[in-house]
Amino acid sequence: MIELDLALQRGEFSLELSLCSPARALALFGPSGCGKTSTLLAIAGLLRPRRGRIAIDGHALFDADANIDLPPAQRNLGVVFQDARLFPHLSVRDNLRYGMPRTAAGQNFDDVVHLLELSAFLKRKPGQLSGGQIRRVAIGRALLRQPQALLLDEPLANLHREARAEVLEHLRGLKHGFTLSTILVSHQPDEVIALADSVALIEDGRLAALQSVAAFESSTAASGVPVAANARATG
Amino acid sequence: MLLTHPEAVALALSFKVSLVGVACSLPVAVGCAWLLARTRFFGKPVFEGVLLLPLILPPVVTGYVLLIVFGHHGTIGRWLDAAGLSIAFRWTGAALAAAVMAFPLLVVALRNAFESVDRKLENAAATLGAGPWRIFFGITLPLSARGLVAGLALAFARAFGEFGATITFVSSIPGQTRTLPIALYELISTPGGESGALRLTLVAVIIAVIASLIAALMLLRGGTREADA
Repeated sequence: MIELDLALQRGEFSLELSLCSPARALALFGPSGCGKTSTLLAIAGLLRPRRGRIAIDGHALFDADANIDLPPAQRNLGVVFQDARLFPHLSVRDNLRYGMPRTAAGQNFDDVVHLLELSAFLKRKPGQLSGGQIRRVAIGRALLRQPQALLLDEPLANLHREARAEVLEHLRGLKHGFTLSTILVSHQPDEVIALADSVALIEDGRLAALQSVAAFESSTAASGVPVAANARATG
Repeated sequence: MLLTHPEAVALALSFKVSLVGVACSLPVAVGCAWLLARTRFFGKPVFEGVLLLPLILPPVVTGYVLLIVFGHHGTIGRWLDAAGLSIAFRWTGAALAAAVMAFPLLVVALRNAFESVDRKLENAAATLGAGPWRIFFGITLPLSARGLVAGLALAFARAFGEFGATITFVSSIPGQTRTLPIALYELISTPGGESGALRLTLVAVIIAVIASLIAALMLLRGGTREADA
């Protein structure tokens, strides 16, 4: 269960969003600059809302009325940033292990490395990886945090076609292999259809609609333009 | 080019005083530089100005202030004397003068280095559960390493060349406070000391060039790292 009720201001831009979704994988969909990433950063604790409440599975991360505002380190969320943000001075292995709880089993590490096919470049530095590999390491690092929820900010953005397909395939595998609540930010309909159960359509910092992914897919198909072209039109 | 015994003693003392001075300055400089780079607080420009004072004040003034504060009759000096930790007219006093004079260079270099680290990386570390200390020692400091080394090299060179504050605060006592620049000054002022002065000048130039090269190399190759690999 994902509960978002937040208001925040970033310069001239004002975001007022209120939604409650039982979906395990919720997508925040809308054009660039509509407030998707701001919402994600607020959930992660990197932006402070002016008011409201943010809770995942009943666990409040921010509640202005109850004076709750957990710092990012205590929110137990796995965040995959659009720009990956791997630590350039650490190897892939050390990046992956950075957020692992001390009690985490080595088996867990091996499983994630296997699942995301990272074993071949564990010793490399991020600067020696391709775009798709970087994104996979970022996803693995977030998963190894053993978070209560996964936040994905445009996980396929700025990747060429092959890398995009490669990362999407791994994300599909995660959706079936993990039972994590996931919040996905995207302006790509095909990405949303592949990864989400429910879609929040955001326009100008406001919730325009909350619909199932099936309804979203139908409306996208009914628009009469190919999914990718539609994405360009909205993005 | 062989140094005479007194010249070698002055050189060794300069190394000791500079190394100890810079080492003592470092933790305070790291803390101050971090405050300047990462926080906002009331009176920050004044705080920054005070930190940079030793760079601007005449070194003799700095030395005299040290004498007033840490001398035998100084505010802190009398307490240190009572505790048997007197630093006036001792090599530890020379190290303190070196530390004070090198401090602003360290702060400036470290502040620039910390500011060049992408804060998004620190935020990413926070979302991975890291607290402020782990973020600082695991992310910020390693990514500032080149700036840190450059700052250390410049600060060492500054401490090594320190003259005015040292001679004012701790005078010129052979083996205790007569560092290389003071020995050089005395050789210049002594008839027949030209060859010794030339030798020490050469040593000072070599050390300054090495420090300057290290700093330039670090700053040239450092820059802002690719934050988001």
